[in-house]
This record gives sequence, C-alpha cells and structure tokens, in this order.
Amino acid sequence: MKLRHAVAAMAATMLVSTPVFAACDWKPQRAVTYVVPWGAGGGTDANSRMLASLLEREMGQPFNVVNRTGGNGVVGHSAIANAAADGYTVGAVTVEIAMMRHIGLTDLSHENVTPIALVDIVPASVTVGRNSPFETLEDLLAHAEANPGALTASGTSQGGIWHLAIAGLLNAEGIDPQAIRWIPSDGAASGMQELMAGGVDMVTVALSEAKALISAGELRGLAYMHDTRMEALPDVPTTKEVLDSEWTLAAFITISAPADLPEEIRCSYEAAVERAFATQEWADFKASRGSEVVWMNSADTAEMMAQADENLGATMRAIGLAN
Amino acid sequence: MPEALVGAIALVFDWQVLAVILMAAFYGAFVGSVPGLTATMSVALLVPLTFFMDPVPAIAAIVTTTATAIFAGDIPGALLRIPGTPASAAYVGEAYAMTQKGQAELALGTSLVTAVIGGLIGTVVLMLVAPELARFAIQFSSVEYFWLASLGLTCAVLISGGSVAKSLASLMIGLLIATIGIDVAVGYPRFTFGQIELLDGVSFIPAMIGMFAVAEILRNVARGPRVGRPKDQNLAAVFKGLGQVLSNFRWGVLRGSALGSVVGALPGAGADIAAWISYTLAKRFSKTPEKFGTGHPEGIAEAGASNNAAVAGAWTPALCFGIPGDTVTAIAIGILFLKGLQPGPLVFTQQPDLVYAVFVAFMVANLVLLPVGFIAIRSARYVLKVPASVLMPVILVFCMVGAFAMTNSVFAIWIMLALGVLAFFMEENGFPVAPAILGIVLGPMVEDNFMVTMLKYQGDLTGFFDRPIATVLGVFTLTVWTLLLLRYLNEQRAHRPSKGSLHAPR
Repeated sequence: MKLRHAVAAMAATMLVSTPVFAACDWKPQRAVTYVVPWGAGGGTDANSRMLASLLEREMGQPFNVVNRTGGNGVVGHSAIANAAADGYTVGAVTVEIAMMRHIGLTDLSHENVTPIALVDIVPASVTVGRNSPFETLEDLLAHAEANPGALTASGTSQGGIWHLAIAGLLNAEGIDPQAIRWIPSDGAASGMQELMAGGVDMVTVALSEAKALISAGELRGLAYMHDTRMEALPDVPTTKEVLDSEWTLAAFITISAPADLPEEIRCSYEAAVERAFATQEWADFKASRGSEVVWMNSADTAEMMAQADENLGATMRAIGLAN
Repeated sequence: MPEALVGAIALVFDWQVLAVILMAAFYGAFVGSVPGLTATMSVALLVPLTFFMDPVPAIAAIVTTTATAIFAGDIPGALLRIPGTPASAAYVGEAYAMTQKGQAELALGTSLVTAVIGGLIGTVVLMLVAPELARFAIQFSSVEYFWLASLGLTCAVLISGGSVAKSLASLMIGLLIATIGIDVAVGYPRFTFGQIELLDGVSFIPAMIGMFAVAEILRNVARGPRVGRPKDQNLAAVFKGLGQVLSNFRWGVLRGSALGSVVGALPGAGADIAAWISYTLAKRFSKTPEKFGTGHPEGIAEAGASNNAAVAGAWTPALCFGIPGDTVTAIAIGILFLKGLQPGPLVFTQQPDLVYAVFVAFMVANLVLLPVGFIAIRSARYVLKVPASVLMPVILVFCMVGAFAMTNSVFAIWIMLALGVLAFFMEENGFPVAPAILGIVLGPMVEDNFMVTMLKYQGDLTGFFDRPIATVLGVFTLTVWTLLLLRYLNEQRAHRPSKGSLHAPR
C-alpha cells in the first residue's frame, strides 16, 4: 500500500511538472476515434466532422467519427470518459455534460474529461409564431408574470438545455420559473413544428436553428440570449440589451478527451486544433453555417465547463429539476 | 419556375452527377437488400463522402440511395421472409407467401414496378404541391399525431390473419417494449435497470432485425430449411403477368402513392408507417380480403407504391420548412446546411435551382430504379443457390453489423438477439409478430404525444378534440374502434364455437 501511494505521489508530481517540459509534438501512430454523442446531420456532428477532417491533415492519421447517440447524450459522453486516455479517443463533449449529473442520470461530469478546446457556442433564443400577439420579450414576460401557467414553451426534452434557457431567464428576472410551462419535444425541429402548428406559444431553441424560418417570416425572433447580436439576424435584440438581469445562455460544443490525458498529448491536440481553426476551410465552414469562429484554449474551456456546471446546476435547483 | 427547372435538369444531367446516381442506385440496392442494413444507415454512411461533393451530386446520391434501398428491402422480404428495411415489414409475410407458391417473380416484379410508380407519383406531388402539402402537414401538433398513431395501432388488428386476441397480445408486447427508456414528458428512465444503453429505449432497427431475421434463422435451425424454399426459382421473368396485376389493382396503386406522399410529408411518420396503413387499406377495400396473407399481390402493389412515394413525401417539410420528414431527411438537412444551403420557405425563391435539382434527381432516381432493381432481383437468384447452412450465418453476421452500426454499440446486438428469441417463441405459439413490431414503431409516438397533449391542456381530456383536424381524426378513430368492437361481438354471438381464424399465423 505504502509503495503504491509513493508511486502515485510521484506520478502526480510528474503530471504537475510536465507542462514545463512538454514539447507538444505528439502525433498519433494509428487512426483516432472521434466520438460524437449526437446524431449524424446535427450541428455537433457537422462541427465535429469538419474538425476531424482538418485534424486528419494536421496529425497525419485518419480521424474516424463515430456517432454514439442515446440517453440524452449520456451514452456518447460515457464512451468518451471511459475510453483510454492515450490520445486515440477524443470526442465532442457538449453542454449536457454540465447538466446530466444534476438530473441524476449519471455521475459523469466535466471532471471525467480533459477539455482540449471550444469548438462552437450556440446561444438560445425566444422565438414566437408569426401570429403571436407578442412583439417584444418584455410584453411576453409581463404576460407570463401576470398569468402564470398560461404560456407554453418547447424545443427540447424536459430539463434539456433550451428548457433551462427559459426557466433560468424567468428565474433571473424574479419571475416564477414555472410561469411559462415547458412542453417537452424530442428536438428543436419538432419543437418548431409544434410552434408552427399552434401547439405552443414559443420555442427557445438556438437562434441559429430558427434562423431560416425567422428570415422567411414564418417565426419571429424576440430575443437572442447572448451579449452581441447575430450578424445574420441583426433585428433580434439580445437579452443583455433588454433584461435587467442581463441573462444569457448558450449551448457549447468542445473537443475533449478522457480525464488524465497526458500533458504532452493534450497540448499537441490543443496546438493542432488551433492551427485547424486558423485555416480558410474552417472559416468558410463557419461562415456557411452563419456562425463565427471561436477560440478558447484548454484551460479556459475547462474553466468555462466548470462555470457552466455550477450555473446550470444552480438554475436546475432553482426551477426544481435537480435537488 | 420553368427556367429553374431547365437549370436543374442541366445540373443533374451532368455526366458526373449521373455517374453518382448510378453508383448510388447500386449501393442503395445492395444495402437495402442486405437484411440488417437499412436505408437510414445507407445515408448515414454517405455523410462523410458528401463532405467532398458539390451540393447537387450530394443530394442526388442521398435521394437515389433511399429510393433504391426502400425497394430493395422487398427482395429479402420476399425470398427469405426477412425485410431488408423497416418499410418492407408490413407486407413481408404476404410476399413470402407468394414465393412459397412459386410466385417470387410476380411478387418482386409487382413491388419493383409499383415502387417506381409510387416514387414517380410522389415526386410529381412534391413538384406540384410541396408548399401546400407542407402547409397542411405543419398544422399537425401533438394532438393530431396522437390520433394518427392511435389509428395506426388499429392496423395491427385489421391486417393480422390470426386470432384477434393473440394479435392484441402481440401488440401489447410491442407497446411494453416501447415504454423502455427515458419518458419524454418527465424525463424519468423506465425499465432500464441502470443500463445507460437502455436510456434511449430499445432502438427500433435492432428490434426489427431481431424479430424478423434472427427469428427466421432460429426457425431454420429448429426445423431445417423451410419447405418450399425458392431455390429453384430462376427469377428471370420478373415482368411476366405484371400487366394483369397492375391493371387489376391500379386504383390501389394510385391510392397507395397518394397516401404515401401525404404520410411521408408528416414529420415523424415515414415510409414504414405509410406501408402499414396502405397495406391495411388495401385489405379493407379489397374485393377479396380473404386472399390477404395467402400470397396475394394486391397489398404488395399498394404498400409497395406507398413506401416509395413516402420517400419523396418526406422531403416536403424538409425543403419547405427545414423540418425533417424522417430520419433520412434529417441527415440530408444536415448535409445541406454543411453546403451552405438553408432549407426553409426562402429556399424556393432564393435557391430554386436546388429545389428543382431535388425534384429532377428524384425523377431520374426512380427511372434508374427500374433497370437497377431488375438487376438486383436477377442477382438475388445466386443468393438463393447458397445452401441455408451457409446463407443463414452470413445473414446473422450482417444483422449484427446492422444492429451495431445504428448506435455503434454492442448492446444493440444483445437487444437484437433477445428480441429474436422472443419473436421465435411468439410465432411458434401462434402469436403474429407484425403487431408487436407496429407496437414498437408507434408506441413512443402514441405515448409521447398523449403525454405532451395532457401537459399542454393540463390534464383536460377535451383537449384531444380542441382542434379541427384533431377532432376529425379523433372521431374517425373512435368510430373505427367502435365498429370493430361491434363486429367482433356480433361474430362471437353469430357462431359461438368457431374461432374465426382463417389460417394459423406463422
């Protein structure tokens, strides 16, 4: 026992001290598995596949994208966290890592992964139908406060990220988080379908997801839960502008590896991702999706994930989704 | 509009695009006809390739692959009683019964030609009324879907040849399996026994592969290859006797095509549900409903047209609103996004070339389907020459690959095997498997939409009749149920001792 402790302590010291010596020129010797916890064709999938093809060039080995869907992301995130931390498994860890443990679906948290970099952030919106009586977010919130339970919102499952977006917003504004009732849907598309069919009063999906229907006048964007307006939809005000609480909420996509990834491998990936993000292809890809190139290094991404875990956990407790 | 069409024709009739279409057709025919590999999977496998394609060939590849795969799913259905894709599940028993009567050529010829007709009609519907159809489909909220799915469940009892009680029991088994996983309304996991792999429920593809393919393999093991296995059928005269069938059932083919286009356009209901409903309708409106289940091409003609029409129908909401009509178009929308194209109402005015390219690609794909499908049927005879002792293990391997590939998890293989054993024992004891499959398909749809509607109306049951389309669907569903019940009771009273079962379900 004593010996093992000593070895562990030594190993820990080495881990802590390695950054100084890391040359950051690790390269995979065989194909790398890139786990995506969400389905083919979605935003996480698209971003990850594009990044995988760029990393392939940077690292000189194939990056095989594998969609491990299911269980609101638990299955795929577990696959990333439980893989060997040898650099041959990376994956798209998304905002759900900061939520699933609060609901009690799993023990998995941001501490079970090593973040490499931020890939995308996807801010929420408040979007209503074209015949909605509400012209501004303030109108809508005033109505919700005066008539608790009268309005309904949809866009994802119960306790999903867009549910937290509206409940957290209400909570931040001092309104009962249940004042707008959540109607679960199995994704943004079916939520928007429900909205257009007149089944709910609003959706709070990512503004980028609602963009096509808003531009066409089928839906109306009342607010963008972000601090700067979206270039493609400059008429949609941000929550930072219109709310006293300056509430914002965005989903995020990262590239991460299992916990305890050796420092040498981590910083090599970090550098490779940074180079990939600097390419014209990545800029073009981002522009084609109407989003901007973001960059956040490993340390900042880890910090952001910890922050999200804390904030979303607090929101979930406030609205009674977690205890 | 016309110049957009001309532009689109120019885009599609490029030799590279045509080459892509031809390759995609053969690829779709292969994947569709291999039990265990489905149309959705064939498209998912295309995703990495489309990264390096221009938008038009990428779309053409997806469209062609799905159209041919949905037809090709009928081939193993007819020859081995194992549907190649879920869309063939509705009439697999019928097609196999025809094969046992030595009519494999007629069964496959019927499904090929009606698939082409259905596909073409679906495309024309898409071209002419896509915006109007999408406008109609978009009015469906949870209430309408609840009634639609409930009506769909009725098919389980209507089409089964066996005893009503056993059909209902089978349906309940399916519905029970469908309750596994996180409940959409409150997010609570049920019957998962702590298995994270079960959180999303029993995925449908492994379940279907298991209940048809694995059960069939087990039957082969249990009692040797079936009598009447079509080893000696040469499958040369695929189009022989077809004119008669088509002219006899022309209205059914038209009805199937129309229904497939509409059902396909409803987001969440796809080719498989369209095929079930069409097969049921064919039986209800047939002059000779007693022939159904005994190897009668009428249901195959109608449902075969329906599922291929639904493939085109699914693009309606996808193109018009960016809301996918099925799993394939969900993937397709992602690919379009990647190409910088945003499906939605504006796409018709801003990128008419693209919209018309989809239409033209569908036309070409369905025309290419005829020769490619013919070649696929002809090649199938080599497969049949393989002895069962070799063929069945190979099929089992493909099934495992297919089940695994849906979610990239070994767990799916266990699900497939477990349900295969379950289906084997069900059929051995006279319980038809089709209603259970329908239960697994429709169970989540019924439950989710029921719960969502209850949440919306805060427990007020009148909510189910609160909207015009919902009221029509609801009243219709309840009427059908009442009539069925009355008829059943009458039959019970009329001839007490007889069970009213036409033939033992197999």
